[in-house]
Amino acid sequence: MTMSRGMRAALMAFTALVLLVIYTPLVLVVLNSFNVDRTFTWPPPDLTLKWWDAAWHSSGARSALWTSVEVALLATAVALVLGTLASLGLQRTRFFGRNLVSLVIILPIALPGIVTGIALSNAFTTILGVGLSLVTVVVAHATFCIVTVFNNVQARLQRLGGNFEQASMDLGAGPFTTFRLVTFPMLRSALLAGALLSFGLSFDEIVVTTFTISATDQTLPIWIFQNLFRPNQGPVVNVVAAVLVLLSAVPIYLAQRLSSGAGETVR
Amino acid sequence: MTQTRTRTALLLTPPLLWLGVAYLGALAALLITSLWTQDDFTGQIQRHWTLDNFRDLLTIDVYRTITVRTLAIAAFVTVIDAVLAFPIALYMAKVASPRLQRLLVIAVLMPLWASYLVKAYAWRGMLSQGGLLDWVLGPLGLHSPGYGLFATTMTLAYLWLPYMILPVYAGLQRLPDSMLEASADLGAHAWTTVVRVVLPTAFPALVAGSIFTFSLSMGDFIAVSIVGGTSQLLGNVVYNNIGAANNLPFAAAVTTVPIAVMLIYLAVVRRTGALDNL
Amino acid sequence: MMNRSSGRLAALAGVALLAVLSGCGTSSDTSSSGGGSNGFTPPDVPMKESIGDMEGEVNILAWAGYAEDGSNSPKYDWVTPFEKQTGCQANVKVFNTSDEAVKLMQTNQYDVASASGDASLRLIASGDAAPVNTDLVKSYADIVPFLKDRAWNSVDGQMYGIPHGWGANLLSYNSDVVKPAPTSWSAVFDDASKYKGKVTAYDSPIYIADAGLYLMKHQPDLGITNPYALDQDQLAAAVDLLKAQRKNISEYWANYLQNVQALTTGDTVIGTTWQINASLAAGEGAPIKTVFPEETSTGWSDTWMVSAASKHSNCAYAWMDYITSPGPQAEVAEYFGEAPANAKACDLTVNKKHCEEYHATDQAFSDKIWYWTTPISQCLDGRTDVKCTDYGDWTQAWTEIKG
Repeated sequence: MTMSRGMRAALMAFTALVLLVIYTPLVLVVLNSFNVDRTFTWPPPDLTLKWWDAAWHSSGARSALWTSVEVALLATAVALVLGTLASLGLQRTRFFGRNLVSLVIILPIALPGIVTGIALSNAFTTILGVGLSLVTVVVAHATFCIVTVFNNVQARLQRLGGNFEQASMDLGAGPFTTFRLVTFPMLRSALLAGALLSFGLSFDEIVVTTFTISATDQTLPIWIFQNLFRPNQGPVVNVVAAVLVLLSAVPIYLAQRLSSGAGETVR
Repeated sequence: MTQTRTRTALLLTPPLLWLGVAYLGALAALLITSLWTQDDFTGQIQRHWTLDNFRDLLTIDVYRTITVRTLAIAAFVTVIDAVLAFPIALYMAKVASPRLQRLLVIAVLMPLWASYLVKAYAWRGMLSQGGLLDWVLGPLGLHSPGYGLFATTMTLAYLWLPYMILPVYAGLQRLPDSMLEASADLGAHAWTTVVRVVLPTAFPALVAGSIFTFSLSMGDFIAVSIVGGTSQLLGNVVYNNIGAANNLPFAAAVTTVPIAVMLIYLAVVRRTGALDNL
Repeated sequence: MMNRSSGRLAALAGVALLAVLSGCGTSSDTSSSGGGSNGFTPPDVPMKESIGDMEGEVNILAWAGYAEDGSNSPKYDWVTPFEKQTGCQANVKVFNTSDEAVKLMQTNQYDVASASGDASLRLIASGDAAPVNTDLVKSYADIVPFLKDRAWNSVDGQMYGIPHGWGANLLSYNSDVVKPAPTSWSAVFDDASKYKGKVTAYDSPIYIADAGLYLMKHQPDLGITNPYALDQDQLAAAVDLLKAQRKNISEYWANYLQNVQALTTGDTVIGTTWQINASLAAGEGAPIKTVFPEETSTGWSDTWMVSAASKHSNCAYAWMDYITSPGPQAEVAEYFGEAPANAKACDLTVNKKHCEEYHATDQAFSDKIWYWTTPISQCLDGRTDVKCTDYGDWTQAWTEIKG
């Protein structure tokens, strides 16, 4: 490498310092899940396992966790289909309005969640007249997740060019066969990267969800939010968050292993 | 040629129906609602055309104050995140070994999974009197800044930092090592290379990250209520007018502010190529 | 918003609000049309005549802690016994503010809701709540008399719900810091600077009434007789008082955890609170005490109301009957920290002194509380020569107070 030793050391020190700051609150969350004081006073007067026990018995938290996973998977599936279609559609075409299409795809993530949330909620309930449900949450989440898939796939397509597809077509394969045997395998890691980010975006989303979820459904962030309004539930929420932090390493690590092109995996 | 066009049309129809018709339609409906009015007592919307919501928004001082405050916080958060993210992304992309790179990506992504609310409350705990910050700063003769705008800016910058690191990292990864070498061969000092070569290359990615941090900060209303003390932001005004006052028309009028700001922002940054870096 | 502006015009022109409303609305002819003890006549919504077969389902809108189903903690579960008893599957949605309750109730998705006085009148006026046939609710007979037929749950002697529980907003203080012990709300208003940056207040437009109550006692020449009936000048005085208070505020609190945390850590040492928050903070070892100040106080009185659009009204009535019966009342009152409406619940509480601590059957205490009520343009204190400020004005004012 071309960087001086001093510079590399400086960069490393800086990175380590920022990571320390990033992880301090998270460590605190884990630590507080053992704190006997239910308002998390510092330092903890004593440690206990009773919150972990209470959280283990909280069926509300568990079912909210599954709801969140379900919503995030469905939203990601929709985003994968629509995002891939959009990026394939824009591939090698230079039609007027291409920029407009890109803008429309980016808009849901570029506008603050509260705008998207009330716009969709208003559209669902007063214009379409459909009751809010998990379906409306999935629709709302998919709307702002499309962009993550779109961008990953588009970047990959740009890098690859169209030569392989062209060759496949020249050899007599139809468009579907070409997609199945040529395009899709080339896109796999880009799709995985897009899906991962999309899943993450949906999983912890609270603002848009607040406005588009029905009375009886709860995603995990909503469950957490509502439990902050109950006496005595704060520590249990902490346990749930601690579990999430610890569990989150698993899918991210797996995704990292699965995808060879490290560059695209995270975007 | 016709075949390509048909193919393009077929491929684009589903996403455009979803985003172009449904999503833009919902936004348009919201804007129309902002031109209606609401019965304060029963909370029902009355379909009576008026510009009163916008008149109130423009003429009542407090809304201008809140708008300026919100934009300033969003800008500060974005700058802080950019300054923090750039060296980290550079280290990840150009210094770390492939194995360490993978670990660092996980390290940066993991906090995104811990609940937003819980992280905000963790900051609340750290900022409180006798909290971790007091504990660490105490020996230095300093105190926690307490709840307020400073705490809000810090908390938001913390919450959105990964959204800045990831695009910048990805952008820097695309920067070929040969370019750094060429710069060095031509006699440039390492710092010069960073400023003259690396930073310009990363700029579109930084702008891409800023779209996240700026937009997320501008719409926030939860973190500020947890660590903001007495402060309120634009998001709170929107939320209170839907939740508290049940006044969707006015809330809709308020949302035109962030919509306009983001559209202008996107138009300005479009030329940098940032939109391909999201 | 528009209403407020045009309302001011109306006052100037001396035109009744009714004329303005009918002039500009197409969808609502229901509110504020004069007459009735509350200054309005509710829309004609039919009352239930008899109880039929259970529908098997009921959608409940409740304050956090009012309809616990055991999913948060298996120890607190009064929904499951109800389901077993009636065969009505209960879907519970928790709301966080009265305003959210109104908004949710208007989606017509819910059958029954626990409404505070600042939501109940709005629901009655908008036609979203149906009158309740109290003959069909057995528990109603045991409800303490001083909660029946009150301004926030009835119109012209017709009940619009079954009372559930009530409590006062108290003044909490950290007895290590705040000396001598405060006896007046002046500790958070005129004398608040003594604890600059350590004062807390409730984050809602309805808190303006606390300032109104204070001015009522301390500035009699303003002529306030009901903190929920403030004309323009009186509201302006309350806003000034709150703006002055803001300089000393550490934070406005909106949920339990926030308030309890701040009291425990000492980030706030004085301010308005609910008894349960103070008890929780004291339980963590913080020297937190509460007082019912000499000016008296605001408070809440909650009522279960049935939606006019209820598709499961039989189950809804069954729920109202169940949740206001002695057993569940005792459980909820202790969990939530309030006085039960059903007097018979007092024998069933785990803490035998619960009803005493919360003054559950103490009419004299209850009568001192100014229960949350929605401010409307017809003055609730009976004045007819001026127009009062309504909840929209208060919301706007609250935004301005916070700045």
